[in-house]
Amino acid sequence: MSTQAELKESINPRSKENCLLVLKNVSKSFPGVKALDGVDLDVRAGEVHALLGENGAGKSTLMKILAGIYQPDGGEVILEDQLVHMSSPIEAREHGVLLIHQELSLVPDMTVAENVFLGNIPRFANIFVNNRHLNDRCGEILTRLNCKFEATERLGNLSIANQQMVEIARALVFQPKVVVFDEPTASLTDYEKVVLFGVIRELKESGTAIVYISHRMDEIFELSDRISVLRDGTYQGTFETAQTNEDEVTQRMIGRDLDADIEHQPPELGIKALKVDGLGIEGLYSDISFDVHVGEVVGFYGLVGAGRTEVMETIFGLRKPDSGSVQINGEDLIINSPSDAIDHGLGLVPESRKEQGLVLGMSCKDNTTLANIRKFTRFGWIDTAAERAIFEEYMEKLRIKCPGWEYETLNLSGGNQQKVVIGKWLSTSPKILILDEPTRGIDVGSKSEIHHLIRELAKSGLAVIVVSSEMPEVLTVSDRIIAMYDGSITQCFDRNEVTEDTLIRAITGQTV
Amino acid sequence: MKALLDSFKPGLKGGEISPLQFFGKHGISVAFILCVVIFSLSTQKFLSTDNFLTVVMQASIIGTIALGVTFVVIGGNLDLSVGSLLSFATVLVVDLHDKVGPGAAILLMFVFTLLIGSVNGYLIGYLRLNSLIVTLGMLSAIQGITLVYSGGKNVDISDQENTWFAFFGREELFGIPIPALIFIVLGIVLQIVLLKSGFGRKIFAIGGNATASLFSGLRRNRLVFSTYLLSAFTTGCAALILGSRVMGSQNNVGEGYELLVLAGVILGGTSLLGGSGSIARTVIGVLILAMIQNGLLLLGFPYYTQWLVTWVVIIVAVWLDIAAKRGKLFSTY
Repeated sequence: MSTQAELKESINPRSKENCLLVLKNVSKSFPGVKALDGVDLDVRAGEVHALLGENGAGKSTLMKILAGIYQPDGGEVILEDQLVHMSSPIEAREHGVLLIHQELSLVPDMTVAENVFLGNIPRFANIFVNNRHLNDRCGEILTRLNCKFEATERLGNLSIANQQMVEIARALVFQPKVVVFDEPTASLTDYEKVVLFGVIRELKESGTAIVYISHRMDEIFELSDRISVLRDGTYQGTFETAQTNEDEVTQRMIGRDLDADIEHQPPELGIKALKVDGLGIEGLYSDISFDVHVGEVVGFYGLVGAGRTEVMETIFGLRKPDSGSVQINGEDLIINSPSDAIDHGLGLVPESRKEQGLVLGMSCKDNTTLANIRKFTRFGWIDTAAERAIFEEYMEKLRIKCPGWEYETLNLSGGNQQKVVIGKWLSTSPKILILDEPTRGIDVGSKSEIHHLIRELAKSGLAVIVVSSEMPEVLTVSDRIIAMYDGSITQCFDRNEVTEDTLIRAITGQTV
Repeated sequence: MKALLDSFKPGLKGGEISPLQFFGKHGISVAFILCVVIFSLSTQKFLSTDNFLTVVMQASIIGTIALGVTFVVIGGNLDLSVGSLLSFATVLVVDLHDKVGPGAAILLMFVFTLLIGSVNGYLIGYLRLNSLIVTLGMLSAIQGITLVYSGGKNVDISDQENTWFAFFGREELFGIPIPALIFIVLGIVLQIVLLKSGFGRKIFAIGGNATASLFSGLRRNRLVFSTYLLSAFTTGCAALILGSRVMGSQNNVGEGYELLVLAGVILGGTSLLGGSGSIARTVIGVLILAMIQNGLLLLGFPYYTQWLVTWVVIIVAVWLDIAAKRGKLFSTY
């Protein structure tokens, strides 16, 4: 019975009422990673359709396919009953599909109005731009969005939140059929959020289909009509928002009971390896004090922008603190540069492996020894054999899947790239290892391998700090969890006393 | 096992590569051979030891400079000041030759050349100024300094027959002209430095990804600084060859050389974005340019034809390089 019904549906997508946009069996692979595996999605005109999933679940890939940035390897994109093929963002826009990026794509040196009409500037005789007309039309849109800045303002002078509004204004110009919001509230204040939600509702009333991606459950339940869940590139089902609850979708999203796979034993604590006291940088974070012992993993949990990365970068000598002190093994130190930090036994696996972790054009071997090239040179000359030996050692230990030491890291999958970065730092024999978002955007298999590795490193006598935005991750790896919100530490938990609820409250600044 | 290894190569099945990818890898060697074949077929004089040595001789000045500039470019920067630095160094060494003797003249020439290189290096490495702006400014500044120094007059060595200074530009060793020898030996040494030394590795790293290098504890300021010292040093060596060969110098003898040098480096496939490149390929690039010049002259074309041909060759080379990287000849949008 059910197969028949499905068949009928697939023949006539209209049977799902008002389906404006239908994705069928969409797949996309990158070298080494299957980012999307047969994903289905249907979005109706006049609804807010939330898309949920952990980092790396494939949300961004799916949205980039919609926006014409990626082309799917398989499957169909159907817009208003027409099979469409969008080979570039321009084509996607012509079809009426617009993506509002997490990262802004605006030109800071142009005015607000010029940005809003970028690529679509109304012209007289196809040549001349009527600036007054441009500004007037932009002004109308800004009024509709409740924006408090002028169309003639230089974009670069606006706050990030206001720039985000400009991005939205730009989408409205095209009178799109489908608007995809990718984490739009990440940089907005509460007031701006309310305005944005108003705009989204207005768009929805006018019949636009909205796809809304966010990690924030409260927003999703406030705003959406339906929720679709992705996990590890596969489709996990769609729920009517009114008929589901946070627990159900969370479980779909994570795919297991949270507490099930954590067998936690308190570690045997060694000496205090790192002690941070009253560290602060004006405007970024203040009064950060904590310590890490040999043999333990301390998790830093918080939302993006809470200041966690900045704290770690300061400890690693990449930023200069305004106040406070750092002690390593009981010794007061001033670390001025990463090379100082490396000399004192610190290692940092950075947040962004492609920008900060790897020189993508260099081989696995060369990347592995980069932070420690001195150890492999004699009188200035590199001992290639020793280099190969160390890379092959870590290739085996970390189970890096890679055809050989000369292979360029560019072509490795995310998980293997991350392992090369971790190998690079392990090869410096650090005493304290900081890992910032160690599993961001990598597949679930490598993820659990890296989690095990982190536990093992601590057991073998390292002091480990893990910065993460993913709750399952901090819960899996940490012995203690430090919650940060808006530049300060709100609370410190022992692994055994923490609950998801208290953790969420601590990182969103709600008093406990 | 082989199938397993191949499965890691995206889009490639065991050993197959597309013609475009082949060009990306070996295009420069293909172009080199093509040049030799075409010119050999069109003129009999081309393919002879003598003519080949002439080509290497002609290439030696630009080539020697290009060796140092390759380091600068791999490190992610540009050096446009080498042309006027060559003028300055040549005028200096020739003028000082009669005043303080050849040995002291050479020493002083290198001191001042390296001093100018270190100004470039300080501004670009430590102050992080844009290399295009700094070295373009330096290009005019050195022109000014040269003119002030010489008072606008050309300089000559008075006793041209009896000075050992003639060694660098006019003599031979084992039948190979010294300029060619300097170029080749320096090329081999610097190729080894680039590939086998910690310094070379770090230059690739800062050019390939400055941020990741910073996170790995490399000191970019120092490294960038040393690449400019290196390009100043090889420019000094070129001045030695030039001054010795001509035994005199005009104030603007190196005018336009910066672009010829850059052309050789680019033709060799060194990316202007930094992070990739090779001395050996720069040498081939410079040799191709010299061959075109030489071949066209032998064929009886007026000398300015080479400018047009050089430009076309570079455009085609760069185009094929980019096309090989994106796998398509044309960009979609």
